[in-house]
Amino acid sequence: MTPLFQVKSLGKYYGSRIGCEDVSFDLYPGEVMGIVGESGSGKSTLLNCLAGHLEPDTGEVLFDTRVGGLRDTVTMSEPERRMLGRTDWAFVYQHARDGLRMGVSAGGNVGERLMAVGARHYGDIRAQAIDWLGRVEIAEDRVDDRPSAFSGGMQQRLQIARNLVTGPRLVFMDEPTGGLDVSVQARLLDLLRGLVREMGLSAIIVTHDLAVVRLLADRLMVMKDGHVVETGLTDQVLDDPQHGYTQLLVSSVLQV
Amino acid sequence: MSDYNFAYLDEQTKRMIRRAILKGLAVPGYQVPFASREMPMPYGWGTGGVQVSAAVLVPEDVMKVIDQGADDTTNAVSIRKFFEKTAGVATTEHTRDADVIQTRHRIPEEPLREDQILVYQVPIPEPLRFLEPRETETRKMHALEEYGLMHVKLYEDISRHGAISTAYAYPVKVEGRYVMDPSPIPKFDNPKLEMAAVQLFGAGREQRIYALPPYTQVVSLDFEDFPFEASKADHACDLCGCNTSYLDEVIMDDAGGRMFVCSDTDFCRERRAAGHVGAQGAPYEEDAA
Amino acid sequence: MYVAVKGGEKAIDAAHAWLAERRRGAKEVPELSIAQIREQMTLAVNRVMAEGSLFDPDLAALAIKQARGDLIEAVFLIRAYRTTLPRFGYTLLVETAKMDCIRRISATFKDAPGGQVLGPTFDYTHRLLDFKLAAEGSLPDAPKAEPHIGPVPHITEFLNKEDLIQQEPANDKEPRDLTREPLDLPADRALRLQSLTRGDEGFVLGMAYSTQRGYGRNHAFVGELRIGTCAVEMEIPELGFAIEIGEVELTECETVNQFTGSKTEPPQFTRGYGLVFGQTERKAISMALVDRALRWKELGEENVGAPAQDEEFVLYHADNIQATGFLEHIKLPHYVDFQSELELVRKMRAEAMGTMQEAAE
Repeated sequence: MTPLFQVKSLGKYYGSRIGCEDVSFDLYPGEVMGIVGESGSGKSTLLNCLAGHLEPDTGEVLFDTRVGGLRDTVTMSEPERRMLGRTDWAFVYQHARDGLRMGVSAGGNVGERLMAVGARHYGDIRAQAIDWLGRVEIAEDRVDDRPSAFSGGMQQRLQIARNLVTGPRLVFMDEPTGGLDVSVQARLLDLLRGLVREMGLSAIIVTHDLAVVRLLADRLMVMKDGHVVETGLTDQVLDDPQHGYTQLLVSSVLQV
Repeated sequence: MSDYNFAYLDEQTKRMIRRAILKGLAVPGYQVPFASREMPMPYGWGTGGVQVSAAVLVPEDVMKVIDQGADDTTNAVSIRKFFEKTAGVATTEHTRDADVIQTRHRIPEEPLREDQILVYQVPIPEPLRFLEPRETETRKMHALEEYGLMHVKLYEDISRHGAISTAYAYPVKVEGRYVMDPSPIPKFDNPKLEMAAVQLFGAGREQRIYALPPYTQVVSLDFEDFPFEASKADHACDLCGCNTSYLDEVIMDDAGGRMFVCSDTDFCRERRAAGHVGAQGAPYEEDAA
Repeated sequence: MYVAVKGGEKAIDAAHAWLAERRRGAKEVPELSIAQIREQMTLAVNRVMAEGSLFDPDLAALAIKQARGDLIEAVFLIRAYRTTLPRFGYTLLVETAKMDCIRRISATFKDAPGGQVLGPTFDYTHRLLDFKLAAEGSLPDAPKAEPHIGPVPHITEFLNKEDLIQQEPANDKEPRDLTREPLDLPADRALRLQSLTRGDEGFVLGMAYSTQRGYGRNHAFVGELRIGTCAVEMEIPELGFAIEIGEVELTECETVNQFTGSKTEPPQFTRGYGLVFGQTERKAISMALVDRALRWKELGEENVGAPAQDEEFVLYHADNIQATGFLEHIKLPHYVDFQSELELVRKMRAEAMGTMQEAAE
């Protein structure tokens, strides 16, 4: 089986400081990979390099494109990369503000990706937007409201709908539950788990919250100081951490 | 005005503008940056159109200048005078006698021919400007053909008003590639953008020139279920009776009295000269007005 | 019976005649001469030369007279004239270190070689209306002193020698010419300075002031402000060497700004620069502050989102001829567009009322 996504010795440096270094992994279709670590561990830098928001200094980021098979997204042209960014890839930001157009209605936010890939039937676009609002538990009568009138949890769910509407094959998520109340987090996690299963999504989720990965991720990568210190199946890593840092991370959660 | 070169601009500047025009014609709808000069009229008053006209005029040309469809609006008069003075070219009010027509906000009613050039004055050449104020961003959006945002705007219009609420400067897609601002012409004129004449667009202050070669495909953006509609006032011209021309509304008194007249003054006069009379029109007399 | 409005041409001619009459004012008052404006309205003349980008006091004075004292209109006249002039070539760099200064002050050192020269400044005048000026009268001569002989080196050179201020690397690259090429972003510093020196004084002042109030603060001191005349030299290809073709009055301001440094580089002061035609010191100081604010990226500072840090915002809005033209164009007829919107609003209202009525029934 070809991996959907393949990362080979990726590195990113800020001057002499290491952002992340020598990161390699494969992601297979339908798989969810969690990347955990404390802030400053390089996990966000890594995610941004993977998603094409940052240009890595070394390494390859290969994606199984529909026409060309596995291709290095670092060296592909900007138009091609941006095309991926609005079709096969999706990116859920920690702050919904960064991923939504705050001055555009909820329907317009969800519809934008459809229109960007050529949808030109208003009724269909709106119907799909309403369908997706329903899937993320936003009532139909909010379709013409702007996200600024939504609660934080609703904004995050809207961002997810906006990203998933075009059926992406790979979703990047940066702390998708960060900054939300605990009860809101739980609901969002449930929703995400349902969507991941139902759609067979492949995803890469960056978080510092081990509960998130336990619930969503099949596999786990633990990062410290820009390096991957441990990888494995999620349950395995969390129940039997090998690396000292992972043990610390896990024990600090269990004590809570 | 013997101190100035033919059509005011020096030959080097004209060559630079002609290069921009040729590039514009080669890449229809693409905004070509050019080093716009300060003209002896304010930016925003047609300096782009004037520079383009100056670059394409030859001494044998006959020129027509319209603003709001009319030859006698003050800015049209002023620009026509400018070319009479600086280029010494003959001018006309008759659309069909003109080689070069400079316009602000209208396309003449009478179809133009292959041997004519229509020059538009453009205030803001960037159709995405009011969605994205940064030039550096909008140029990238054009380069990468990222026009989703443009349709988001139309989507928002419909969800709020039940219709696309853009009435003028209605965006078009040129030959399936560039989204272009047709200048602030009413959307009624959009279908005429596919024409036999060369169309040149000049934006002086914003330093951009763009162009449509003859018979270029120009499609007004819309949705399949909310198709583009070239609308006009639901009246006939009260002077010449024409049912199909774009109309100005004139307030007659403070009791709500109004009449509708052709915005294209030459078109209206020709019709009246040919014997057409509208509801409030009098039979045509030479130089009646 | 409706008759279409005609006679635009007549109206324009009449308007121009009336304008000429108003320009002249009451006939019993003697007419201003160009020489009077040039000699007695010097700072207005300077502003018109600076923003008009043409050093010619007589033409600037003429433009002010023609514009009835509207300085932006006068700048416009100069710009429109300037653009028709043939371009013979470019002069050599003007050596401001060799300026014949009429004013030279530093806020960073109490004294320095060349001395502090107050010169003809408003600085310490008390702003009391001087009613004696309302009456004509003779003026006693100002006291004279021996001119300073010898070089007047730039104050920042002293800091430079100790490496205390950031060096500006010499650059032989021909700068782009803002008046011959479309503005293309990102702009390098030479292009930004061109834009600022001809930018609207009020705009540049407002931007500079905003940095002082915290919108992109850069802790500026006036390292040196000097005003005086400089020789202008040009290579003449036929001669094979440079000759002096005249001299221009300039105001130059160098600010000494907050220091930067990093683990690898020791701290150093940084600079802002302003150079403007004529005695125009408010503009030159403002220019230096805005120049410095725009350099945030090369100096590794944070973009705090201040307007004065935003190159695209500053450069696209500094030109008063562009701004005033576009602003004033909204008084031109727009009735074709308005009619189009009128029809649309009527139609949408009719549909909306219809729906509301249906709902009510």
